[in-house]
Amino acid sequence: MTKTFKLALLTSTLLGSAAFAETTLTIESWRNDDLTIWQDTIIPAFEAQHPDIKVVFAPSAPAEYNAALNSKLAAGSAGDLITCRPFDASLELYNQGHLADLSGLASMANFSPVAKSAWQTDDATATFCVPMASVIHGFIYNADAFEALGIAVPTTTEEFYAALDKIKADGTYIPMAMGTNDQWEAATMGYNNIGPNFWKGEEGRLALIAGEQKLTDPQWVAPFAELARWKDYLGDGFEAQTYPDSQNLFTLGRAAIYPAGSWEISGFNTQAGFKMGAFPPPVAAAGDTCYISDHTDIAIGMNAASPNAEAAKVFLDWVGSPEFATLYANALPGFFSLNATPVEMADPLAQEFVSWRSKCQSTIRSTYQILSRGTPNLENETWNASANVIRGTETPEDAAKRLQDGLATWYAPQQ
Amino acid sequence: MAARKPVRWHIAVFLAPAVMVYTALMIIPLFGTLFQSLMNETEGGDRVFVGLQNFATLFGDALWSDAFWNALGNNAWFFVIHMAVQNPIGIALAAILSTPRLRMAAFYRTAIFIPTILSFVIVGFVWKLILSPIWGIAPGMLDAVGLKFLFAPWLGKEEYALTTLALISVWQFVGIPMMLIYAALLSIPDEVIEASEMDGITGWSQFWKIKLPLILPAIGIISILTFVGNFNAFDLIYVAQGALAGPDFSTDILGTFLYRTFFGFQLQLGDPYMGSAIAGAMFGIILLGVCVYLFGIQTRLRRYQF
Repeated sequence: MTKTFKLALLTSTLLGSAAFAETTLTIESWRNDDLTIWQDTIIPAFEAQHPDIKVVFAPSAPAEYNAALNSKLAAGSAGDLITCRPFDASLELYNQGHLADLSGLASMANFSPVAKSAWQTDDATATFCVPMASVIHGFIYNADAFEALGIAVPTTTEEFYAALDKIKADGTYIPMAMGTNDQWEAATMGYNNIGPNFWKGEEGRLALIAGEQKLTDPQWVAPFAELARWKDYLGDGFEAQTYPDSQNLFTLGRAAIYPAGSWEISGFNTQAGFKMGAFPPPVAAAGDTCYISDHTDIAIGMNAASPNAEAAKVFLDWVGSPEFATLYANALPGFFSLNATPVEMADPLAQEFVSWRSKCQSTIRSTYQILSRGTPNLENETWNASANVIRGTETPEDAAKRLQDGLATWYAPQQ
Repeated sequence: MAARKPVRWHIAVFLAPAVMVYTALMIIPLFGTLFQSLMNETEGGDRVFVGLQNFATLFGDALWSDAFWNALGNNAWFFVIHMAVQNPIGIALAAILSTPRLRMAAFYRTAIFIPTILSFVIVGFVWKLILSPIWGIAPGMLDAVGLKFLFAPWLGKEEYALTTLALISVWQFVGIPMMLIYAALLSIPDEVIEASEMDGITGWSQFWKIKLPLILPAIGIISILTFVGNFNAFDLIYVAQGALAGPDFSTDILGTFLYRTFFGFQLQLGDPYMGSAIAGAMFGIILLGVCVYLFGIQTRLRRYQF
C-alpha cells in the first residue's frame, strides 16, 4: 500500500512538474532604469492572469547590452525573452537563429507595418519581435525659466537661437545642457533630433538608402552646421560633460533647454522641481512642414533556444495586447506605444510629445536601417563626427565627407 | 650495472594541478584565439580557413590599420607615462620609506598602496567626479590658489585626455613599484651599507652608487610588469571614456579597440575573427617586448650575491 502510494507520488511529481509547475521566464533588457516598473507594475499584472508563469526582469547596462547579449546567446545562457534593439542588431540575431520567428503570433495583428518594420527581415516575410514602443526627439525646456526671462517657446530656428542668446545674456541659466564626453547624445539628441527638418524625414532617409542623396548634400551637412553653432550655448567644460551630468544640470534647474529623447520624461518628472514643457525641433521658416524623429526603439522577442517557448509565447501575446500598451505607456511616459489601439496617457509632457505625431511628419533615425551594416559603422561614425563638430575640431563639411567616404567603401548604392 | 633511478612520479603529480589549471584557463584559450584569427566566415556563414588574410586586412586596409596604429601609438604613450612617472616616483617613495628616521612609515606605505586594491570602476568614477568641470573639486581647488586659468575639462580634450588617464592609472598603481623596490632596498645587507659609509659614501651618492645598482633587477621586473600591464590595459579607459574611447579616439588603446571589434558596439556587430586578429597582434607585441627584455636586458644585468 505505502509502496504504491510512494510510486504514485513519485510519478505525479515527475509528470506534474512538466504540466503544472511554475515556469520562470527571464527577460534580457538594457532598460535597467525600468527595473522597478517591471517588478511593481507590469510583471504583477501579467502574473495575476497567468499564475503558472513567473517572470524575472534581468536588465544589464545599456552600453554593454549588445555585447553581453551576443555572448550569452552564443554560450546558450541567455534568458527566454530578449528585448530587441531595432533593425540590424536584432536582424542579425534572427539570421543566426537566436531569435524565433513570431509572425504567427495572434497579437501581431495589432501593429502597423511601419511599427513592425524595425524587427522584420528586409522582405518583411518574418517578424521576430513584438514592437513595444517608440521614442520621440525634441527639446525639453524649463518653463519657469522661460517665463522668468520672458521667452516664448521657439518654433523657428531664428527664434530658437534668439531664445538661446537671451538665456546666455541673462546668465542665470546655462542655455543648453549637453556634453560631448559620451558622444552618443551629440548624434542622437543632436544630429538625428534636428536633422529630419533638413532632409525632410522619410523622403531624405529613403533617398539616402537608395543612393539618390549623399551625406555630403546640403540637406545632410546642414544639421552638422547647426550643431557647430550649439557650441557657444553649452556649459563650461562641456567637452568632459557626461550624459548623467547633462540630465542633472537640467533637473537641478541650472540649464534652460535640454535636447531630449522622450524617454527622459519619467526620470525628469521625479527629479525636476520646476514646470517643464517641450517643443519639436524648430523649422527654418514659420509654417514649414515639421519632421520629427519618432524612432521605433524597443521590442521584445523570444530566444529560439528557450526551453519555455510555450510560456514565452503566452507572455509575448500579452505584450502585443492593448492592455499591455496602456500599462506600459503610462508606467513609462515617453515610451509611446506602437499598438494600433490609441492609448490614453495621463502625463502632460508625454501628451505634448505625442501630439507632434499629428502635426509633423514622423521618421526614424537616418542611420539605423541598412546603413549601419558595414564597416565602418555609420551610426558609430556619426557619434564621433557629431561630437567632433560640436567641439569644433572638425568642420561640418569635413565630417560629412568622412561619413560619406566611409559609407561608400562598403555600401553599393552609394558608390 | 648501476640500479636504474626510480621514476620520480611525485614531480609530475605535484605539478599536475597547476599545469592542468593553467592549460585549461590560459594555454587552450590562447591557442584557440590565435587559431580563430586565421579563420573567417563566408557569406553563407561557414567558418573557413583564410590564412593570414585577417592580418592583411588589419595592417593593409587603411580603415583598420589607421585605427590599429592610432591605438598602438596611444598605448605606447600610455606606457611611456608609466615608465617616466610611475616608476621613478615608486622608487623615490621606496627610498624615502626605507629611511630609518621616517616616522609613520607604515601609515604612508598603506595609504599609498590602498588605491592599488581598488576596482577600476571606482577609480575611474571617482576621478571623473574630481575632474568634472561641473561638480568636481579640481576647479574649486585650483581657484582657491588662484590657478583657475590652468583648469580645463581634461578628460574631454583630445590633447590631454590620454595623459590624464595615464596619470590616473599611475596614481592607482604607484604602490606596486614602491612595494617591490622597498622590499629590494630592505634586502640590501647592512654590511654593504656600513662598508660604503666607511669609505665615505653617504646620502645621495650612497643611493646612486650602492643602492641603485643593487635594486636594478627589481626595476627591470617592474618595467616588464608595467609593459605587460599597459599593453593589456582596457578597464580604466572603458570606465572613463566608454568603448568609443573619446574624444575622437584620442584615448583608444589596443584593449578598447579589441573590445569594440570583438564584441561589437551599439549598432556595430561583433567580429570575432578580426577581434582575434587584433588579440593575436597584441599577443605578438607583448611577446616581442618580453623577449627583448629577457634576452637583451635581463641577461646583461649584473647580479650581486652576498
